[in-house]
Amino acid sequence: MSRWVGARVARNEDPDLLTGRAVFADDVVLPGMLHAAFVRSDFAHGRVRSIDVSAARARPGVHAVVTAADLGDYWQPGPLLVPPPPIVGAVFHQRTQVPLVRDKVRHAGEPLAVIVADSRYLAEDAAEDVEVDLEPLPAVVDLESALAPGAPLVHDDLDSNLAAFVPQGKGDWAAARAAADLVLGRRFLYDRGAACAIENRGVVAHRDPNSGQLTVWDTTQAPVPIRNGLAAMLGLPESRVHVVAPFIGGGFGPKIMMFYPEEVLIPWLALRLERPVKWIEDRSENFLATTQERGQIHDAKIALDRDGRILGVSDVFLHDTGAYDPYGLTVPINSQCTLLGPYRVPAYESEFRAVFTNKPIVTPYRGAGRQHGVFVMERLLDLAARELGIDRVEIRRRNYLGRDDFPHRHGIVYQDFTELTYDSGDYLPALEKAVARMGYEEFVGGGRERARREEGRHLGMGIVSYIEGTGIGPYEGARVKVEPSGRIDVATGVGTQGQGHYTAFAQVVADELGVEVADVRVTTGDTREFDWGTGTFASRGAAVAAIACHEAAKLVRAKTLALAARELGAAPEELVLEGGRVAVAADPGRSLGLGELAQRANPLRGAVTPGTEPGLQATAYFGPARGATASGVHACLVEVDPETMQVRILRYLVVHDCGTVLNPALLEGQIQGGVAQGIGNAFFEQLVWDDNGQLLNASFMDYLLPTATDVPEVETDHVVTPSPLNPLGVKGAGEAGTIPVGAAFAQAVEDALRGASPGGADLSRLEILEIPLSPNRLFALVREAAGSAPARGGGSP
Amino acid sequence: MAETVQITLSVNGERRTLEAEPRLLLSDALRHGLGLTGTHVGCEHGVCGACTVLWDGEPVRSCLIFAVQAEGAELTTVEGLTAEDGRVSGGAAGGEPALHPLQEAFRAEHALQCGFCTAGILLSLIAFLREHPHPDEREIREALSGHLCRCTGYQNIVRAVQRIVAAETTPR
Repeated sequence: MSRWVGARVARNEDPDLLTGRAVFADDVVLPGMLHAAFVRSDFAHGRVRSIDVSAARARPGVHAVVTAADLGDYWQPGPLLVPPPPIVGAVFHQRTQVPLVRDKVRHAGEPLAVIVADSRYLAEDAAEDVEVDLEPLPAVVDLESALAPGAPLVHDDLDSNLAAFVPQGKGDWAAARAAADLVLGRRFLYDRGAACAIENRGVVAHRDPNSGQLTVWDTTQAPVPIRNGLAAMLGLPESRVHVVAPFIGGGFGPKIMMFYPEEVLIPWLALRLERPVKWIEDRSENFLATTQERGQIHDAKIALDRDGRILGVSDVFLHDTGAYDPYGLTVPINSQCTLLGPYRVPAYESEFRAVFTNKPIVTPYRGAGRQHGVFVMERLLDLAARELGIDRVEIRRRNYLGRDDFPHRHGIVYQDFTELTYDSGDYLPALEKAVARMGYEEFVGGGRERARREEGRHLGMGIVSYIEGTGIGPYEGARVKVEPSGRIDVATGVGTQGQGHYTAFAQVVADELGVEVADVRVTTGDTREFDWGTGTFASRGAAVAAIACHEAAKLVRAKTLALAARELGAAPEELVLEGGRVAVAADPGRSLGLGELAQRANPLRGAVTPGTEPGLQATAYFGPARGATASGVHACLVEVDPETMQVRILRYLVVHDCGTVLNPALLEGQIQGGVAQGIGNAFFEQLVWDDNGQLLNASFMDYLLPTATDVPEVETDHVVTPSPLNPLGVKGAGEAGTIPVGAAFAQAVEDALRGASPGGADLSRLEILEIPLSPNRLFALVREAAGSAPARGGGSP
Repeated sequence: MAETVQITLSVNGERRTLEAEPRLLLSDALRHGLGLTGTHVGCEHGVCGACTVLWDGEPVRSCLIFAVQAEGAELTTVEGLTAEDGRVSGGAAGGEPALHPLQEAFRAEHALQCGFCTAGILLSLIAFLREHPHPDEREIREALSGHLCRCTGYQNIVRAVQRIVAAETTPR
């Protein structure tokens, strides 16, 4: 029956996207539409003395200039999107973002006023007219000094900048440390980056005066919660608010933050002005007004016996949550939990402090904290292996959980409020595949040295492991319907940002209903089509929403066969459903098309059989008990120029296990794109702040995204360990490409430079403990490791 | 109201006229003035390449040009790409659009995910392939390096170009 699931099917959504017909938020055009622009704070921290909007209001073509004072009771801090999980001893100070600043600015770019005018050009002119008088305050930028006594306070009503404190652990770390042959500790840094979807955010809102329906087009990953929240805020029945997440130009996490101030304000303005209002974020706004990720500092220790077996890990870290914490603890808890990786860790002691700073808000961005945990653990293992004289692949083999260790309970709480439990896995085969395909043994056994000796090339290899918690609950739903045309209509509540949902979900449904994938039309992200669900995050489209589609399609299949059995005078078991028709297996001439059956299921006259429903339609929901744990190995071969510290990635391999694969082309696309994003994160991308909390590189000219000449071909291979948590055995795959790249990259670069001797310096003690790692930074690290600091530029031609 | 200028230009072979302020960007004129929303805007400072259109056959970033500068220009946007039989893509309202061979290759190789950057990449590549009918991978990657794609990692875009190059060198 699985003709489509697992097949490399071309995408249903491509024709619209390739021809420019696909409608993105900024493509929505409505008669009489007005345009909004925001006045944003130039300062990262400051008290508002006054905002003078009189000149802006007087400008011709301006319809409204709104500050916090004009919002009345509508001004409310945003909702807490994810409450803290029930962890004993956890502290959490909820401080959520506000629609417009009323008293105090807490990060540069925070909105102070919104202008609505005839055109965006005019709205921006009027934004320049607004006179903002701010009393600047010292900014909280650095994570450690943020917690120092006497530090300026981001939130004046708290005694410190501590946003949260979460201790978790298992086993006895003190005993592990005491029993260990080696205890190794290091400090690890992982700095901030931005998701940089090529489409910026946008909101268009319009209340139709005839129907009274408010329609909001929003570049959100979570259209249903946005609809529900807007209805509540605006005091409207949910049925009167219609939210569309149209085609979205990349999400990667920040587009699931809610509610952004613009999402609160644009619908309110449309209602108040009785005109459609559009706001489209520009790139410079995106660098400040869209959420970011990554800043953490870890002090971690690992305890091992002399054979390299892990006895315990201790990790104390700081997490930069930015000016507010609407996404709760998701990111640092992911770091805390993902650190354990695919390994048996008998004792774990972890605590983190989330810290408020005068920087944009931190919420999940692809990987969502997982890469930090992976970086710390993989680096600890690399350093321990070196210290113990054990091969770095071998130390991983010795510590992997075995295939019989599942389900594996970790005894700590995960982001989905359940005990961190790996559903299934088999880690060794992926590692051995990677070792074989990369020629690791030959490389470390002589290849690396030969390249150096004979060709003067500094090559290095990295091989690291990771796990990815995916497909968490609570649930998604789907409606599947056979149209009178015989085509299938599917609707689900998640949003789509390029993953290929219109195809992957169609494949699942097409298998159940015996039709072509092209005959299944999927709608996502339109609350008029389906209005139950939570959204696209945590790699859960395939592992949760696709399962809901599958369950609904199964119900439709049963209805279809029951009706066909009556109509054809046969038992349901005697029927086959394929090629869009139901036929009697033994007598294929007796058959009915799906369209004909759909029409017979919905007669205009006559009696209805009691207990039946009209139509061939069903709705189903799927909620897994907990998330499914995907896993894999990344390996890369790099060449480092020891003079310039330029790094070239010669090969990149991902061996990945996400359970049953719905569509290998889509999966490989997710991995290739994820690796590219990971490479950017590891080597190119860093948000640079000055001491005043000003972002110094808020443009694509200064914040470098990897281009086609920077990203290598990514080779992929798969291992399939189905998940027992859903009927298709699927695990998520959206973040696997990006999570371990920094760890692989650091190991490979270190490997390449070991034995290099620029200017006669000894680099055998070089340790890479931070990400990102630009050539300049690497150059500085090499100088430090060499112990002698040659004159700046002395090492390069 | 600000002073406006009448601009006449040719877009996708059709003569179009619009009134625009001198400061109006060509990208905004195409999208909002002429309703050609297939051209996307990603950065408005000439780096991401999403807004690329063809101007007298050459790729240009429409966010770095004022509409008034395009007086008399002949522009091609994604809406003007034609299938091998000359049908214009997106022209068959409601039905399956006619795809240019490069668009077909993109679909076959899964060379797009969110599709937001795709129109600009297609147009750049069409100009590139006209001048470099047999590019190697390095040349393809260099041609692509003026475009930012955050979804694909570029690999399948390279493959799509290689596919079309191979198809055109194979006699049919």
